[in-house]
Formats: sequence, C-alpha cells, structure tokens
Amino acid sequence: MAAKTMTMVKALNAGLRRALEADAKVVIMGEDVGKLGGVFRVTDGLQKDFGENRVLDTPLAESGIVGTAIGLAIRGYRPVCEIQFDGFVYPAYDQIVSQVAKMHYRSQGKLRLPIVIRIPFGGGIGAVEHHSESPEAYFAHTAGLKVVACADPAEAYVMVQQAIACDDPVIFFEPKRRYQEKGEVDLDASLDGARPLFASRVLRQGTDATVLAYGPMVRTALEAAAAAAEDGRSLEIIDLRTLSPLDLGPAYESVKRTGRCVVVHEAPGTIGLGAELAARITEECFYSLEAPVLRVTGYDTPYPTARVEEEFLPDLDRVLDGVDRTFGW
Amino acid sequence: MAKGDRGARLRDRRTAGPPPAEPGAPLGDDLVQLLTPEGERIDRVTGPDGVEYSVDFSDSEYRGLYRDLVVVRRLDAESTALQRQGELGIWASLLGQEAAQVGSGRALRPQDMAFPTYREHGVLYCRGIDPIMPLGLFRGVDQGAWDPVEHKFNMYTIVIGAQTLHATGYAMGIAMDGKVGNSDDPADGEAVIAYFGDGATSQGDVNEAFIWSSVYHAPIVFFCQNNQYAISEPIERQTRIPLYRRAAGFGFPGVRVDGNDVLATYAVTRHALDNARHGQGPTMIEAHTYRMGAHTTTDDPTRYRGISEVEAWQAKDPIARVRAFLAKQQIADAGFFTEVDEQATAEAMSLRERVLAMPDPEPVTLFDHVFVDETPQIRQQRARFVEYQASFEGSGH
Ligand SMILES: Cc1ncc(C[n+]2csc(CCOP(=O)(O)OP(=O)(O)O)c2C)c(N)n1
Ligand SMILES: [Mg+2]
Repeated sequence: MAAKTMTMVKALNAGLRRALEADAKVVIMGEDVGKLGGVFRVTDGLQKDFGENRVLDTPLAESGIVGTAIGLAIRGYRPVCEIQFDGFVYPAYDQIVSQVAKMHYRSQGKLRLPIVIRIPFGGGIGAVEHHSESPEAYFAHTAGLKVVACADPAEAYVMVQQAIACDDPVIFFEPKRRYQEKGEVDLDASLDGARPLFASRVLRQGTDATVLAYGPMVRTALEAAAAAAEDGRSLEIIDLRTLSPLDLGPAYESVKRTGRCVVVHEAPGTIGLGAELAARITEECFYSLEAPVLRVTGYDTPYPTARVEEEFLPDLDRVLDGVDRTFGW
Repeated sequence: MAKGDRGARLRDRRTAGPPPAEPGAPLGDDLVQLLTPEGERIDRVTGPDGVEYSVDFSDSEYRGLYRDLVVVRRLDAESTALQRQGELGIWASLLGQEAAQVGSGRALRPQDMAFPTYREHGVLYCRGIDPIMPLGLFRGVDQGAWDPVEHKFNMYTIVIGAQTLHATGYAMGIAMDGKVGNSDDPADGEAVIAYFGDGATSQGDVNEAFIWSSVYHAPIVFFCQNNQYAISEPIERQTRIPLYRRAAGFGFPGVRVDGNDVLATYAVTRHALDNARHGQGPTMIEAHTYRMGAHTTTDDPTRYRGISEVEAWQAKDPIARVRAFLAKQQIADAGFFTEVDEQATAEAMSLRERVLAMPDPEPVTLFDHVFVDETPQIRQQRARFVEYQASFEGSGH
C-alpha cells in the first residue's frame, strides 16, 4: 500500500489526476485552473500533463462555467468545475439550481448530468469578504443536487473520484482552512472497496453525547472530544460527509445510546443544515433524548470581517459549551 | 480536400478558427496617445471613435498630475510593505496602472459618482479622499465602512463585475432626476464612471450593464483597465477582439486609450463624461495598461508570465514619461522632483502610522448593522454572545 503523508490540496490533486487518467471524458474547467494550477494549486500540473482540452482556463464567468458544463455533459463529458471561492458561486446559482438540478427529472431519466462543482468553502483563513462563506444549505435545499463535504486528505482523495464517477450532479465542498493540513493517503486505494460517497462515518466512539459535524468542523469536533475526554466526558463524533442525501443511520444509532446530540457548522444557524438534522434526530430518537438537539453554528449575520471571524466561527470551546448545555438541561 | 467539397472547406475553416487572436496587441492607429513612452507630446490625435483628443494644461496642472502619480505609487508601495509585515491581510496593488487611475480620476467632476473594483486606490486619492479609507477592508477591521454617497465613491466591490450594474442603475437615477443634458455647462449635469477589469468583461453582469445603459441612454462611462491579466489568465482567455470594440455591438462608442498615458486617459475620460452628462449616453473606454505586480499579495506571477514581458512594459512606465516630458519642457526642475518625492514619503509614513494605530473592532460589533430595523433574533444572539464571552472572564482564557 502506497500510503503517503500529504496535504488535502495534494490529495485532491492526486484524486483529480486519477480521474483524468481513468476516463477520457473527464474535463476540468474553471478560472485559473490551468497554468496557475488554481489559486489553491489543487489542479497544479494537470493542464501541463493532460493538455488544454482536458483542463480549461475559462473566461471569468461562473454562470458560463456551469452553463457550458451542462452542454458538455449533454455531449457525453464529465465536467469538473472549480468555483474559485464560495462567495463566487452565486453568479452560477441559476444554472445550478434551475438547470443542473432539474434536467434528469425533466427528461424522465433520459439525460444524465454527471457534473461535479468543486467549491472551497468556509472561513478561518483571514480573508476579505466573499472568501469565507458556507453556502451548503442553498444547495442541500435544492432537490436534484447531491452535496458532499470532505474533511481530511484521505477522504478528499477518494471522495473527489467518487463524485466524478457519480452519474448525478455533485456539489463538492472542500474545507479550505484544512487545505494545508496533512494526513495519510493511500494512493492505491481502490474505489470499489471504499466507503460509499453518500455515507456518514463514526470517527470517534463515545458514550455521553453525539456531535455531528462535516467539512472544516470535523477536526474542531475531534479536538473538542479530546478536550472533553480530559474532563472525563466521552463524545462520539460523526462526520456526516454527505449533506444531501443525508445518511443519518449511524447518528440515530449513536444518539439512541448517548441521549444527547450537538450539531456543529460554520454556516448561520437559522434554516441551516443543523435545523434539518435536529428535526430528524428528534423524530427518530425522541424517547432516547435527554435534552433537545442543540446547534453550535455561525450567527445570523453576514460573514464578518477577518479580525473578528474567530468569534463568529464555532471553536472547541463553543462545541464544549454546547455539550455542557445539553447536560444542563 | 476534394474540389467543390463545401463541407470539407467549412470543416477546415472551423478547425483553423478565426484569424489569429490579437486582443492584447496594442498599438495600432486605434490607440489614443498624447504622450509617448519617451515623453514626447503629441499635440492632438483622432480616436477610433472619430473624436479628436487633446489637452490644454497649464504648467502647474502638468506638475499636479505628476505629483498625483508619484504619491499614488508611493502609497501603493507602502501598502504592499504593510501587507508583507502582516499589518494588512492582503493588498491589491495598482503598480503600473497609475496613469489610468489618475487620468480618469482627475477627469471626474465633483458631482460625478465613481463605482470602483478593489484596485482603484488612485482614483480614490484623486477624488480627494484620505487614502486610509479603504485600508480597513484590507486589514480586516471592516468591510468598507465608508459612506459612498458622501464621498461620491462607492465601496470597493470584490465580486467581479457586480458594480457595473450598480453604476448603471445610479446613472439611470440621474436621468430620472433630470440631471442630464440641461445645458452645456459642465457644472450642470452629473455622470457616473464604472471601473472594471479585462476579466470582468466576461461576466454576465457587465454585459447586462452595457445593455441597460444603452437602452436607457444612461449617463455612464465604462472604464475598463485592461491590465492584460485576470489573475493568471491572459486577455486571450476573455476575448478575440480588442475590448473597446465590443461597445459598438451594444450601441455606444468605444475608445481605446494608452492607459499608461495620463494625458490621453484624462482627455478621453473627460470627453466621455461630459458627453454622458450632456445626454449623449454611455461610452466604453478601454485603458490599455499592465499590472506590473502580482494580482494581489497572495499571487505568484512567475507561474504564468515571463520576465521579458514585464520588462517590455517597464519601458512604457506611466511616471517616467511624464517626468521626461516635464524635464525636457523645463516645466519642472530637480528641486520639484525632490519635493514631490518628499511629499510622497511623508504621506506614506502618515498612512503607515495610521494603519498601525487602527484598532481591531470589538467582537460584539459583528452583530451591528445587519438591518436598519434590527430583529429580535439578532438582539438575542448578541445578548447570548455577550453572556458567553463574559463566562470566560477571570478564567485566564
Ligand atoms: C464573481 C467572481 N469570481 C471570481 C473572483 C475571483 N477573482 C478576483 S480578482 C479576479 C480576476 C479579475 O480580473 P480583472 O477583471 O481583469 O481585474 P484585475 O484584477 O486584473 O484588475 C478573480 C477571478 C471574484 N472576485 N468574483
Ligand atoms: Mg485584469
């Protein structure tokens, strides 16, 4: 097994490379993805190795990127679009929500759009406005889109390949503040043996409370669990991975044991993913719950300026505070 | 190809594509220039729009433009240094684009409104605005926080192209208010200038702004700084024709100006703004220039462009040519140049000091100004936040 230690950026790059090798119909398109290799270097070297017909530096227009990806998909290609930053996906919103999401349904299954839209998301990098947003709920709310978020390099490597192989459109969220964190990646891992794309995973077992997280907050939740353990409290951490469809079997099983559940995300709380999770867990685990499902999230404000973003973002302390509150109920 | 095989001929043409794209190729007859890179004055020149351009500056006005150029460059260098030292989160340098910004900025009349991108620090300066104003955004202590109406200078817009529609709407409002075309007095009508880059011309918003302004005959000037790059992508990735020629298709004049020539940029922009205010509708100006530095301080241009290209543009420097002209014409002497440098340094030092003194916002202020009429939900979240923060007090946290 060729396990290597690498960053998430490198792991995504390797995953994209493997997808380009595996299927001649895979094309990558976006702003600055060619010669520059993307502003985060996720596509570094791919244009050099696969050519300008496989890795396209597009004109500067997100609606154009996604709109033409639809045409390419109709023509039999498997486009992988890169949106440079979360806050720049909105010009493509119409194409994603009104077109990408609906064509399979409207054509009664005759048309497949195996499009992947990669979006670096979330805050914590000290950026200016529009570079730190968490727009996942907009897409998870849209029927016809599948939405996933990876959390570490090994996951990123496998999940991006699975997303490309998926015949449905996938919005693929990458936690940009975790881009440079390293992890072990098995580059020979076969997709056949891998955990399915649309499945959650229990990352750490525990008995006192269940914490649900995804993307950048997975690591935060794990750190909270380590800190809680020092205080003698045992947290079970579940990485949701798939935001639509949701895979909550493991979460139900967990909450039925622990009786307490905290949901964590960076996006504002109101009408966010946490609301859906809380509702479903309440429905499934009602008689096991010792406290309401609590949410630890960003606030209902625009993403604030960099110098106060740490106060906006859930961190270890806020996760623990949420857990404490479920015990104080 | 078999004779008479029209299909084959058609296919050949398709694979060959249109004639070689030369959108970046500058210098034909269609470039308005009044000051050559060597500092030679061209008295008057007819633009691709058929208009004859010239300027009639006094010596002190010439010196004033030089002063602007030097100060603006110096402030920009200071901001880059502040970013390198960790005092700004990021900086978008205007290095190389000083003439495009000073020329167009000085062409604005006091009543005109500007809609900038994130790079128009030079325009801002020429509006008489304190250069500290946008630095809060780059330091990360605010997201603009100035009053666009008071300054006649909108907040910076980072989402590419969005501001061109805002500018168009504002211009439509001027027309609705009857502030267009009432007399030949330039103090009378109002006009708008929308700044954007070469990359932005690909956005739907920008094309919609062209259409709206054309249909409503709005008093607006679209000022495109074609600095040859959108981050790493050269202009060829956005267009196969010179950008200014796009205007014709939308139904208004387009003109390409040497954006490293402050005199020509001034002349062309003045003319277009006055046309707009006098009821003659929009103009698109393509200022042909070059981004000498990185896209922003996070960018590494060595990955996508060669040093020889940068050097070729170095020879067209916007400041050197004005200096050469002033010296040759004996409009300024060594003492003047020294004095300008000293002023630039003093302004830069003042900027630095004031950036260092910028306080971080109080965290609780992140809840402020979400709405005019604040909701109970925000009030509740603020209160809980304060309570939560207080819970750490005394814990050494
Ligand atoms: C809608 C949108 N997409 C992508 C970006 C990221 N981005 C920031 S600047 C830039 C290039 C802009 O190029 P251009 O319009 O030529 O302006 P310049 O920076 O060269 O002045 C890009 C792609 C953005 N800010 N907004
Ligand atoms: Mg540009």
